[in-house]
Amino acid sequence: MTDATGPMVAADGRPLKASLNRALRRQKMRALLLISPLLFFIMITFIIPIGQMLFRSVENQIVGDVLPTTVVALDAWSVKSGEAPGEEVFFALTQDLVLAAERKEHTRLGSRLNYEDPGISSLFRKSGRNVEVMGEGYAKQFDALDERWAETNTFSEILADPEWLADAAQVETAADMDRFEVNEDAATYLPRTVAAYTSFANYMIADKGKDPAKSKPWNTLHLALFEDLRAAPEITIASAYGDMLRTAAAAVPTFETETLSASFAKIDKDWLDPDVWSTIKRYSPSYTNGYFLNAIDMEKTVDGPAWRPEDQQIYLTLFWRTLLMSMTITISCILLGYPVAWLLANLPARTANLLMILVLLPFWTSLLVRTSAWKILLQQQGVINDIVVWLGLVADDNRLALINNATGTIIAMTHILLPFMILPLYSVMKTIPPTYLRAAKSLGATNWTAFWRVYFPQSVPGIGAGSILVFILSIGYYITPEIVGGTKGVFISNRIAYHISSSLNWGLAAALGTILLAVVMLLYWAYDRIVGIDNVKLGG
Amino acid sequence: MLQSAKLLDLVFIQECSLSCQDLRGTSVSKSGNESAFVEFERVQKSYDGENLVVKDLNLSMPKGEFLTMLGPSGSGKTTCLMMLAGFETATHGEIRLDGVSINHIPPHKRGIGMVFQNYALFPHMTVAENLSFPLEVRKIGKSDREQKVMRALGMVQMQDFAGRRPTQLSGGQQQRIALARALVFEPELVLMDEPLGALDKQLRETLQFEITNLAHQLGITVVYVTHDQTEALTMSDRVAVFDDGRIQQLAPPDELYEAPQNSFVAQFIGENNTLEGVVKEIKGNTCIVQLDSGDIIDAIPVNVAAVGDRTKVSIRPERVEFNKDRLKAGAHTLKAEVLEFIYMGDIFRTRLRVAGVDNFIIKSRNAPDQVRLTPGQQIEIGWLAEDCRALDA
Repeated sequence: MTDATGPMVAADGRPLKASLNRALRRQKMRALLLISPLLFFIMITFIIPIGQMLFRSVENQIVGDVLPTTVVALDAWSVKSGEAPGEEVFFALTQDLVLAAERKEHTRLGSRLNYEDPGISSLFRKSGRNVEVMGEGYAKQFDALDERWAETNTFSEILADPEWLADAAQVETAADMDRFEVNEDAATYLPRTVAAYTSFANYMIADKGKDPAKSKPWNTLHLALFEDLRAAPEITIASAYGDMLRTAAAAVPTFETETLSASFAKIDKDWLDPDVWSTIKRYSPSYTNGYFLNAIDMEKTVDGPAWRPEDQQIYLTLFWRTLLMSMTITISCILLGYPVAWLLANLPARTANLLMILVLLPFWTSLLVRTSAWKILLQQQGVINDIVVWLGLVADDNRLALINNATGTIIAMTHILLPFMILPLYSVMKTIPPTYLRAAKSLGATNWTAFWRVYFPQSVPGIGAGSILVFILSIGYYITPEIVGGTKGVFISNRIAYHISSSLNWGLAAALGTILLAVVMLLYWAYDRIVGIDNVKLGG
Repeated sequence: MLQSAKLLDLVFIQECSLSCQDLRGTSVSKSGNESAFVEFERVQKSYDGENLVVKDLNLSMPKGEFLTMLGPSGSGKTTCLMMLAGFETATHGEIRLDGVSINHIPPHKRGIGMVFQNYALFPHMTVAENLSFPLEVRKIGKSDREQKVMRALGMVQMQDFAGRRPTQLSGGQQQRIALARALVFEPELVLMDEPLGALDKQLRETLQFEITNLAHQLGITVVYVTHDQTEALTMSDRVAVFDDGRIQQLAPPDELYEAPQNSFVAQFIGENNTLEGVVKEIKGNTCIVQLDSGDIIDAIPVNVAAVGDRTKVSIRPERVEFNKDRLKAGAHTLKAEVLEFIYMGDIFRTRLRVAGVDNFIIKSRNAPDQVRLTPGQQIEIGWLAEDCRALDA
């Protein structure tokens, strides 16, 4: 089947490798088919949500989505000018905010920016309520000029593409209308009004299911119209509305004007604070490293990332504490679990089984129950303190603080994670035949030497497996530190949970989670480099 | 079975047969004998407090002897070895090493070398580290250590493997290393617990030879446990056959084979034909046994006390004669029918029906003048009375 020069070929003359692959492909496909339900399940319920969650740590589209024109208008402004941006930015803000307020998006944006600059949330909430009155003065003046301005269909007649208007008249319900299409001519001489009306019309059709021509236009449309007409454009519209527009354009210079920045300042004087605008501008890109900077106690400033003031730094301390306490827990588990695993592996089967049940017993009890039990045992008036006081080891007025601190977390977590150390240790020890110890003793080693030189090195893979398991579990543990940890004994995961469920700063939670994941991966990698992952055994 | 028969003819160790006499002397000697190196005196062992695994064991070995404990599994032989090594404590009795009671000496202070069935080489150490381990715990200097390790590796021709890990070695190589490790700290007594059990036949035979040679060269005392009778017969100076927690017979190999003291030993060592019957007459060192079929045969009384006792008569297949010319005149003969003839190369193995028993075997050498029997043939068989031993029923 082989010839001296070419590659091996199968009986039919194809390369042997290809034949082999073809033969194996069926098996592989079948194997894949067997795991596909699980794979599918994991994809849907685990990998995709986690990926999405992690994506939130950099995602920041809300500012650009809610304030699209403001963000563009802010381009020219810099916080270094020392004052709030000009009237054109406030105009853009009015247009964006009125739509956002209708859609109730301004509060979400407010909460988002509130993470970066506390107080912005209420600023947006207040402004959203009041923005609809802006331009009301202009609306009244236009209405006074020509009563047609008060009719609901005037704007669409002027600004809409005639074909779109004709189509719109055909549909049965407004919700079936196409997206608004602009009159190209109008767009040249009334650009702001067209832009404002487009968002108004689309909002009415898509969100409200109403015909924009039959809805009362927002005051901001009049504001935009006023701004457009003030520039004295050449009005080329042929219909009757041409004269009406020209009249309005002629009248506009005599209108009583409204200063938008002043109107906003009346809602909240923070609108004149350059820092607020700086925050909006800094968080306007769709992707941000802000969450990550926050997660390591830094912040975005105009001059780039900088450390937060010392009294506001918490996350690095928390990360460090989490690592340190996880290590302490892992080491405690090794020290307590090793002798038990040894007994399990070396006692006669009957006794070992009984002991194994005792080891597994905690698994059959609810985690919450176990943790709460520790609360009862460890508290100042608890069982352990009572016994120590009774024994006279500690004065009654000087009871040990065993709970709501790091000690409580370490004690409770060591207890809860102990089986995860004992089981891998046991399964490795089970594979070490007792003859090794006998051999060592027959060669003249004392019990200790035999253990340390012969038994222990062979049990190291079990220690490795148990340690990885316990360490990784404890680094992300939540419930136990939450219940017994107080303030000094909580982990980074408690902070993550806080941001997920209380502060609703999911971006920061995601950034913290990503960092935690990265740290675990890094430690795993380091372990692989130093000890070798092949040395980890869960048995066999 | 075939093996053992051949070995008796050919490979019998001369030294052994020379020393048989005085060894037999020591085997019956009283405990506390000064020449004894290893002694078990009235040793009993029970694990559960209800059953005795070892019942009243008395054994005494001189220095330099190669003694094998042979027996079926569960017969107590490994327990005896473990008690000697110190891994099990005797429930009753005393074990002495060189005249000193070692009952309360922990294993690591006994200075006994041991080879285990599964080698028990430390997998996380190289071969050299394994060998140097017993020297390190004895605080022997580094250069001395290296020298001794290399010498021990030299003894088993494994110098080139010093840097390897045990897992990189074959079974035979591992066993050689285990042997070297048991010898490297120069113990006077070495225990071996079925050391060749996991090896294939050919390797086993080579290593059997090497182990006996090394033991004799170094003059060490060896207690060897096996359930393989060929191994026991070829290697040992004396064999202790264990059954039911007792030594059934302690004797040099030839005596064990040719003069078994009871029917267990006769059955266990080599191939054996057994006929059951009742003792009819005892005359000095011969007796007449009436078989259950009514036939009368001659035997020597070994384990029967009085006329009327039931007995199992044991005859080795190669001692059965069917050529009338070679039988002693007046010897009792039995009628037999040939059931099966098996050609085995060097010998013929023929199965007969004799006195109502269907599995009576005879073996004959494949000599030019040998008769080949055919199934269905009716023949008459007989034997010398001294080859036929009347044993306990």
